[in-house]
Parts: sequence; structure tokens; C-alpha cells
Amino acid sequence: MDSHILIQQLANGLVLGSTYGLIAVGYTMVYGIIGMINFAHGDIYMVSAYLTALVLALLGASVSPVVALIVAFVLVVGLTAVFGFSIERIAYKPLRKSPRLAPLISAIGVSLILQNYVQITQGARNQAVPTLIPGGLEWNVGGGVVGITWVQVMIIIVSQLAMGALTWMISRTALGRACRATEQDPKMAAILGINTDRIIAIVFTLGAAMAAVAGVLVTLNYGSFDFSIGFVTGIKAFTAAVLGGIGSLPGAMIGGLLLGLSESLFSGFVNSDYKDVFAFSLLVLVLIFKPSGLLGRPQVEKV
Amino acid sequence: MSSRNQLMDYIKQGLTTFFLSFITLGPLAAWQLQGYEVSGSILRAFRVSLALAVLRVIIMGINSRRQNNKREVKGLGLHSKVGSRSLSGIFQWENHNQGTKLLLSAALFVAVIAPMFGGNYALTVGITAFIYVLLGLGLNIVVGLAGLLDLGFVAFYAVGAYSYALGAEHLGIGFWGAIPFAAGLAAFLGCLLAFPVLRMHGDYLAIVTLGFGEIIRLILNNWLEFTGGPNGIKAPYPSLFGLEFTRSARIEDGTTFHEFLGIEYSSDYRYMFIYATLLLVVACTIFAVSKLKNMSIGRAWEALREDEIACRSLGINHVTVKLSAFAMGASIAGVAGVFFAAYQGFINPTSFSFFESALILAIVVLGGLGSIPGVIMAAIVLTVLPELLRQFAEYRILIFGISMVVMMIWKPRGMMANVRGRLKVKPIRQSAKT
Repeated sequence: MDSHILIQQLANGLVLGSTYGLIAVGYTMVYGIIGMINFAHGDIYMVSAYLTALVLALLGASVSPVVALIVAFVLVVGLTAVFGFSIERIAYKPLRKSPRLAPLISAIGVSLILQNYVQITQGARNQAVPTLIPGGLEWNVGGGVVGITWVQVMIIIVSQLAMGALTWMISRTALGRACRATEQDPKMAAILGINTDRIIAIVFTLGAAMAAVAGVLVTLNYGSFDFSIGFVTGIKAFTAAVLGGIGSLPGAMIGGLLLGLSESLFSGFVNSDYKDVFAFSLLVLVLIFKPSGLLGRPQVEKV
Repeated sequence: MSSRNQLMDYIKQGLTTFFLSFITLGPLAAWQLQGYEVSGSILRAFRVSLALAVLRVIIMGINSRRQNNKREVKGLGLHSKVGSRSLSGIFQWENHNQGTKLLLSAALFVAVIAPMFGGNYALTVGITAFIYVLLGLGLNIVVGLAGLLDLGFVAFYAVGAYSYALGAEHLGIGFWGAIPFAAGLAAFLGCLLAFPVLRMHGDYLAIVTLGFGEIIRLILNNWLEFTGGPNGIKAPYPSLFGLEFTRSARIEDGTTFHEFLGIEYSSDYRYMFIYATLLLVVACTIFAVSKLKNMSIGRAWEALREDEIACRSLGINHVTVKLSAFAMGASIAGVAGVFFAAYQGFINPTSFSFFESALILAIVVLGGLGSIPGVIMAAIVLTVLPELLRQFAEYRILIFGISMVVMMIWKPRGMMANVRGRLKVKPIRQSAKT
């Protein structure tokens, strides 16, 4: 085993895992608060990738890359957050009191709508964005070169910052306290004067915003995407959420990093064709043997 | 509510919808990516959001109309019904089966005589529709009756199709042998999947089955030596008592169907044969499933769907009940897979993507979870309608998605809700009015 390949795969895994962690936040928070898998979350991420490309193309070469990056970040995160809010309001809010299958099926419907809408408006072909920030760091390690681009460095830093900000918000602010209260007991929280409908809307919005952060970063990193990327990425991010313990914010990040690292090691040293099979098998195994994940609370079945 | 307030409400809702859809759907509608450039103008975003806002106001109008009507009915209509007819005994058997039976026999009649008028194209549409009827009936057992949301149902369909194609290649299994073989193999896999997920329900179950379905598809896609990978694999055409439906016999000393009967060769015979066999299988499946539904196992499925804990405390073995639901559903899908492979003559993994699972789920949901006639109707509508509306083909998935969401909000029990015949206490006191 060459040490430089190992280190390169670890670096790749870290980058991949950070983005999984960001998307996993949306799953974990929504599941924590209303106990539902937001199936359309992966597609929200896909939409944010398209919005990134649109904003960058509209800005064109008229502004410097740094300005373009900041504008893209602000616009895309804002627009995608509104997306998350609207979807919750249209497709999930009317179903608050229906049986558990109903919102899940509705979410699958939303996922199909988003994919097809993008396909109709933007075409089915692969899209690409120009390289905004070229170059990166390189080291010589044990007879080989390990490289990491500036964008990848940015992914690791920005995702940690975003996670830190979110964790601070949830654990320190009044809004975060309301979120936690709603998660623990929605009825009691409502009695105590928390507008739970508003909190749920905020959670969806926050989740979408975090997915948008990942969307901007990944689009800049890979440079190419199509309308169907949301599905696989969504399932993997959900795997990350389950791995870390669904409902737990730090769990989402740890799960994301673990999944990213193990996936890139698997594809580097075992078989890259079967890396998705590996991720899905991991998901199935974790759900079967340790459904509460690493940091989650075990679920007790109540009558 | 005063009309002025109502008007203000309409305007407010309309504006909100316009604003939100302009922000969310607008940018994607307005500009199109062309490489690193964009084309288009913001005008299209205006049009899309305006259309949605108008739609929102119209829906609001219909809703408030309906609510007003409901109120009137409640106020007037209730008393006239009670005690209008006198029946012997206290209990009354509510029977909902009569209409269904009539409908089913009418549908069967149409299905038998339709190919005489349709020709080759109608036959292929009919075959596709029947395959989806089978798939819908299979998933209906798992999701509709047993309440286990299975998002990887297409895996069993794939197993059926591949077991026919690969069985013919490696084991020499023919079309008729493949049907029980595929049903058995799919049922076995269904049990294999059901064992680890016994403790799960709802969303976790959905995700595990989804993962399972994707794993099967990815293996079919990546195992080049065995399955042919993305290039797919040829499936042989079916035969009847050793008579082939090809132009000339492929085995030595073989006779083909048209030679045996002494008629001109036509590719229609193959489709007719598949159609007829499939119709028979569909009829048998409908019969079997509707019988099963009223047997104790069917009742156990539905009881389990309603409340697992109550079921177990009443002594129902949830393991056998769940396993049987998965196995039954899977074996029906396996048979559907054999027919799909025989009809296509060629299969590859793209036919078994998650979208297919979502489509089958849409059939079950739109038809009505647990309702057999509903599922049959939905399967036929969802496969025939896209053929009739070819010019809207690109909006097909969009319409599926919208109808899934709307259905969940508007009629969560589906177009033809599953209703059990049940004993109902007859009102004893005659109402004062009569």
C-alpha cells in the first residue's frame, strides 16, 4: 500500500465527508423534529447546484472570482432556503396530522417534481461550471504527490464553520432552544407558547440552506452535474445522518466524515465500481444492527 | 366572512404564491445554461409564477365553495336518511363488492376483445399495462395491505426478468419453467429482505428497501461477466408446447407456431400469445389476491398495518405475517419480470431504476392503498394515458409527482378507497320525522 495514495484518499474522503455532513444536517434536523425523511432533500441540493451555475454564468467574467463566489454563496443559499420553506408549506404542512406514510409519499412526489422541473427547464444533459479558483497545495509524500485544491480546502473550512454556526445557534440562542423544545415534545412546546409550525418551517429552511452551502461548494469542486445527482447524494447523506445517529447535529457531521472517509478508502483500495454498493450496504447494515447510530438516542416504541 | 375580507385574502394568497414561486421556480425557468453562458429572459419567470398564482386563487375559490356546500348538506340532509328503510335484525351487512364485481367483469370483457380491434400497437400497450397491473397488485399487498412501505420493489421485478434471461442462458429454463422459478426466487429474496427488517417500520423500512433495490440494480450494472452490465442481456422469446414464435425454428427439428398451424408468419402472434398468457396470469392474480384479502392472512396483513403492537398482543405472529406479505408481493413482481423480459426480448439495468419503484408506488397510492380495483384502474390509466398524450411526454414525471402530492393532501386514501364490507349497527329508534 503506497502511503501517498492512502493520504490522498484520506484527504478526498475528508472533502467528500464534509459535504455529506452538510447535507445530512437537513435530514437529521427534519427527522428529529417531525420524524419524517425529507425525501426531496437531495433534490434541493441538486437545485442549488443549478442555481450556482446560473448565478456564476449570469455574473460572467465581469467580476473578480472572489466577488463572484461571495455573491453566488449569498444568492444561492438564500434562494434555496426559500425553496425549502415553500416545499414544506405546500407539500408537508397540510399533512401534519395524516398517517406517517402520507408525508413520505408526498416527499417522493416533490422529489419527482423537482427533478423533472429542472429537466424540462434546463435540459437533461450534463452541465458544467468554469473553474473559479485554480491551483492548490501539493506535498511530496513517500515517493508520490498528494494534492489538494484550494476549493477543497475551502470545502473543509466552510463546512466546519457552517456546522459550528448552526450548532451554536441550536445550543445557545432562543430560537435554538425553541427548536430543541419542539423536537423533544411538540405538544408541550406548543402549550408553552412556542409556535411549532413556525419552528418546523425554520428547520426546513435551515436544512435547505445547509444543503445549498454543500451545493455551491461541490459544484465548484467537481464542476459538472446533472438533474439526477440529488438521488444518490441524498441517500448517502441520509446514510451519514443515520450513521451518526439521526436527530443529532454533531452526529451528522461525524457520520458524514466517517462515510466520506470509508467510501473513498473503499474506492481507492478495493473497487471503485462498487463504491455506491458499499455505501448502501453500510446504510442497510447500520439500520439493521444499530438504528440509533453513534450519537443518537435509542427509539422506544410507544403505544 | 364578508366578501371584502375574502377578496383581500385571495389577493394576499395570490401575491404570496406569485412571490414564492418567482423566487424559487423563477430563476430556473427564466435562464437556461448553455455551457458557461446563459440564454433566456426574466419574462418566462413572470409567466410561470403568474400561472401558479392564478391556479392558487382558483383552488382557493373551489375549496371555499366546497366547504360552503358541505355545511349546507350537514344542516339539512342528515335526518332524512335515518330510519327510512326498515330491515330485519339489528345488524346490517354493508356490501361494497357488488359494483366492484361488475366493474371487474366489464374490464375483463374489454381486455379480451380489445386486441381484435387494436392490432400490434394496442397489444404492446396492453402488455405494458398488464405488467404494471401485476406490479401494482404485488406492491399493493406489501404497502397497501400490510402497510410496509417498500421503495425497492423494482428489485424483485429485476430478479424475475434476469432469472428468465439468465436461466435460459445457463440453466436452459424455458418460458414456462421461468414463471415458477422467478416467482420462487423472488419470494425467497423477499423473505431474505424481510428477515432483517422485521423490527422496522415506516421510514426506516422505506430507506432499507430503497437501499436494497439500489444494491441489486448496481450489482446487475457492474457484474459484467454474469449479467452483461449496462449492455444488458438477451432474453429468448417465449414458446408454446415447444412451438416457437420466430420466423424459423432455432432448435434443430423444431417447428414454429405458424408452420404448425400452416399460416403466414407474423410477429403479431408472439404479442398475442404474451398478451393472452399475461391476461390469464393477471386474472388469476386478481382472483388470488382478492381471496387472500378476505382470508385470515389478508385480515392479519391489514390488522398489522393498523396497529402492530395490538396485533402482537392478540397473538398474531408478526414474523409470518410480514414474511408472507413480502414473499407474496415479491413473487408477483417476479412473474411480471418474466413477462417483461419475454416481451422486450432484451433487458438491461436501466429498466429497473428507482423511478420504476416510484411509478409502481404512484400506481398503488393513486389507486387507493389496499384497493384492488383502484390499483388495476390506476395501473391502466398511468400506462395508457402517456401513450395517448405523447406530446406531453416530457411532463409525464412532473404530472406523476404533482398527482402524488395532491393525492396525499386531497384524498390520502386514493381514487377508489379500500373499503371492507363490515357489520354495521342498524339504528334502532325510528326518527321522529318518518
